[in-house]
Amino acid sequence: MIPTAFEYERATSLDDAVARLAAAGGAGKLIAGGHSLVPLMKLRLSEPTVLIDIAHIPDFAGIREVNGKIEIGAGTTHHDVATSPLLHDRCPAVAETAAVIGDPQVRNRGTIGGSLAHADPAADYPAVMLAVDADLHVKGPNGWRVIAARDFVQGVFTVDLAPDEVLARVTFAPVRAAAYAKLHQQASRFAIVGVAAALEVRGGVIASARVGLTGAASSPIRLANVESALSGQPASSETAASAARFGGAGIDDLNSDIHASAEYRRAMIPVFTRRALDGALARVAG
Amino acid sequence: MAASPVLPKLVGQRVKRREDPRLIQGRGTYVDDVKIVGMQHLAFKRSDIAHGRIRSIDTSGAEAVAGVEAVFTGAQIAEFLGPMPIGTPFPSPDHRAVASDVVRYVGEPVAVVVARDRYVARDAADAVSVEYDPLPAVVDPERALTGEPAVLHPDFPNNAAVGPLPSGTGASPKGVDDSAIDRAFSEADVVVSQRMANHRLAPTSIEPRGVVAHYEPGKDAMTIWSSTQNPHILRTFIASLTGLGQDQVRAIAPEVGGGFGSKINIYGEEYVAAALSKRLGLPLKWVEDRSEAFLSTIHGRDIIAYVDLAARRDGTVLGLKMRLVADIGAYNMLLTAAIPTLTMTMASNVYAIPAIRATLTEVFTNKTPTDAYRGAGRPEAIYFVERAMDMLARELGMDPAEVRRRNFIPSDQFPFKTQTGAVYDSGDYAKALDRALEKAGWERLKAERDAARAEGRLVGLGLSMYVEVCGVGPSSGLPTGGWEHSQVTVERDGRVSATTGASPHGQGNETTFAQMLADQLGIPMEHVRIHHGDTGVVKQGIGTFGSRSQAVGGAALHLAGGRVKAKMAKFAAALLEAHEGDLVFENGMIAVKGAPSSAKSFAEVAGYAYRPLKLPDGLEPGLSEEAFFEPSNNTYPFGCHIAMLEIDRDTGEPRLLRMVAVDDAGHLINPLIVEGQIHGGLAQGIGQAMIEEVAYSDDGQPLTASFMDYAIPRASDFPRFELESTVTPTPVNPLGAKGVGEAGTIGSTPCVVSAAVDALSGFGVRHVDMMLRPERLWRVIQGTGVSPQGGQA
Repeated sequence: MIPTAFEYERATSLDDAVARLAAAGGAGKLIAGGHSLVPLMKLRLSEPTVLIDIAHIPDFAGIREVNGKIEIGAGTTHHDVATSPLLHDRCPAVAETAAVIGDPQVRNRGTIGGSLAHADPAADYPAVMLAVDADLHVKGPNGWRVIAARDFVQGVFTVDLAPDEVLARVTFAPVRAAAYAKLHQQASRFAIVGVAAALEVRGGVIASARVGLTGAASSPIRLANVESALSGQPASSETAASAARFGGAGIDDLNSDIHASAEYRRAMIPVFTRRALDGALARVAG
Repeated sequence: MAASPVLPKLVGQRVKRREDPRLIQGRGTYVDDVKIVGMQHLAFKRSDIAHGRIRSIDTSGAEAVAGVEAVFTGAQIAEFLGPMPIGTPFPSPDHRAVASDVVRYVGEPVAVVVARDRYVARDAADAVSVEYDPLPAVVDPERALTGEPAVLHPDFPNNAAVGPLPSGTGASPKGVDDSAIDRAFSEADVVVSQRMANHRLAPTSIEPRGVVAHYEPGKDAMTIWSSTQNPHILRTFIASLTGLGQDQVRAIAPEVGGGFGSKINIYGEEYVAAALSKRLGLPLKWVEDRSEAFLSTIHGRDIIAYVDLAARRDGTVLGLKMRLVADIGAYNMLLTAAIPTLTMTMASNVYAIPAIRATLTEVFTNKTPTDAYRGAGRPEAIYFVERAMDMLARELGMDPAEVRRRNFIPSDQFPFKTQTGAVYDSGDYAKALDRALEKAGWERLKAERDAARAEGRLVGLGLSMYVEVCGVGPSSGLPTGGWEHSQVTVERDGRVSATTGASPHGQGNETTFAQMLADQLGIPMEHVRIHHGDTGVVKQGIGTFGSRSQAVGGAALHLAGGRVKAKMAKFAAALLEAHEGDLVFENGMIAVKGAPSSAKSFAEVAGYAYRPLKLPDGLEPGLSEEAFFEPSNNTYPFGCHIAMLEIDRDTGEPRLLRMVAVDDAGHLINPLIVEGQIHGGLAQGIGQAMIEEVAYSDDGQPLTASFMDYAIPRASDFPRFELESTVTPTPVNPLGAKGVGEAGTIGSTPCVVSAAVDALSGFGVRHVDMMLRPERLWRVIQGTGVSPQGGQA
């Protein structure tokens, strides 16, 4: 890597990271796994003058359950998310998402916080964060702020995060009946279309559903028309099939590139919505 | 005396590569590991537009960067560095290592910075400011042939770089006689015609290119380290362009992390490093970064074919027409223009096609130049012919294996001269086909496919036959000469040092050649060391390309080993008071046949040869013999590949289910290494079929300039490869070995595409262009991707 010159600093705590970011005055960038930032620095598309390494902050990584909610530290690697027994037990869709990010090298270095803060429109996590209705916990000079996943991403590579704020952790109520399905872009392994579905099923009926989409459009979105088509319907494959059909409609900012046209992406949304719903239904308890 | 252990024969054994431990443990020395006191670093400013005239270059910003030694524009470089030579007889436009007036592809250098370190050099290169008058870019080769919207080189009207060049039936220096091909088509019951594209690829070796040039004014001599496949050829060209004699240049290829043909070429960066080192009297290093590699290392393939295949209803092929349009990018590189001619040469594949008419036009476009990429001309030919054979089988309702078998060159017809002038050395194509059919369980696979289809799954089978050119020689066919050189020295202590001009970059010569010498001299393999890649150590050589290491380099080693053994036998005969013809070399001993108690150790005889108390008549002291091996012909390995593939009906995603490859490379020295070569070749051949493609926008901007957009195969993309060999030795070298480095890339691509077409046959399609992008296949499934002729819309 031949980037422009930068200073390297290692933060010792969350507050230290916040203070260093503030001191860098907008020219600082946080680095944890480096798998979003370093490629940009390599291409000199990002030229931070201060890199603040947050990978060594104590307790910045880790997955636990606190008061019925899952909490994932921002510094947790995709690999650790993918292989977490707690997640496999309580919310397998999140582990399943991490398992299909990139390749083993990426999963061993990249972190959930880095991925979410970077907000690549084709990243995998955003879909499942929408589906489990996650909260993102952000620390800044003025203390903590909690932002719902659905409000966090503001556009391509743009999130609700001030230059001196650090994304510290993600929390969500675990949903067992949830799943993620993805069409891989063969080179980057990002999502051409990725859909995560989370269902609340009571007495064989879908009480509520959240369906998140990534990759297809300029930013991750909830598929409200699919969700409403599911709500109140029997938890069945037929319901999934008929609701999934609404998946591609009404999205006017579909991505188009050499890997997939907008038309193809639109057609793939129902396909992967259906697969995510089927996956979620398969996890509905007995 | 203690009995020596019995040494097993190693040739033919699955010996692990002795290169691997150091490479896997990060202990290899690559170009970037070479560091010289006082060394400065180069960075190139490259064009970010595809076509334009340089209006002005401002280097003041770069010169102001602290740590910058010098900045040179193309015009300044041109004052002391001439145009880059090519290695083919075709006319070539003036091509400068650094452009001074017009840029013709994104990535073409326009200035170079010399600086304290890589980082400063890059900062300064970024600070070079270039203004262009943009010219229209031309990226479609067929459009380029109209001369619109731009002509790259004024001396090449309509962008035609070469041709139309005829080959095949009736082509002679006097002209072209079309009567045989016309007769074939007039007598045909069926003709299948199809336009096919064999798209552009990036070689993407794991180690990018790199060079260190060190001119020492006091010695008036240059040492150049480069990640190259052929240090001796590099030396020749570097000497020529820097005004030095070949005796003044030492070229070293240290560890080379792959090349796939891309490191045959001598590149502008190497010439610039050498010329500037000489001019500045400084050691200079340049190491390509991955982004540069996608732009400035040669690309491969990129050729369109219009194929017409004429046959009788029983499947007998009567004639083949192949009109080729090769997009060679912006310039001729070392072998650029010659590569597509191999596509014509190999147009007969394994078939006795009585009439062939091929024509080739090569076209300049505003893209990175093409040159040799693994297979180099042969995969293109085999792809076009095999896809056409498949279409013929479909048209006639015949089994694809049967229509091929019907047209094989019979095994008793070798040497066989094809209508395009290739003389195949040996072959038994039916044997390879039979083995592959048996290994794959062809009839059972067909039943499985049909059963899957009955369930609504899109499963297809593909089969391809290939023959290719390896063991590249003889000298008449190569401007460098087609021989290879080796020297084998038995040292005083009985250890053996051998050199080879076949400069390996992943082929495992250090292992295979040591196996051969160990067997030949009857000593442990551990006592043999193979030296390569350094013109200061390896007296002569051509290099490694065209799958020639074993067939040509190995043969030279064998000859040199035989010579040193013969001389050693004379010393041993004197010591043992025996006839040299009665001596056997085995288990580290030289013994008299039938009298094992009468023996001397190999080391003792070696020592004696360097201090002979009584020199046998006519002998000089010492044990060091060399050989040049000149093959009488190329070799022509062949094989049969079978693929089973399923396409996801909802998404169009293809998934390879089975991959069977039966390859015949003649005698095998090390089947483990051969399998490794086949594995890598299959990966790249399947990679082309399924996921690899270099793409450009209409204005010549590269769209696949990083691994984020250019996919290369991963192990997880493949099923377990099922490999087997048949053995048909070649008569053209003493080893009977044909070469295997490119085989996998040649057979696999067409059979994977044919499997996809088979899977989609229910949708009225008979051909789909590569690569098998899911959207492309999905469109066929949706009925929006098929032309009325059954080709891809």
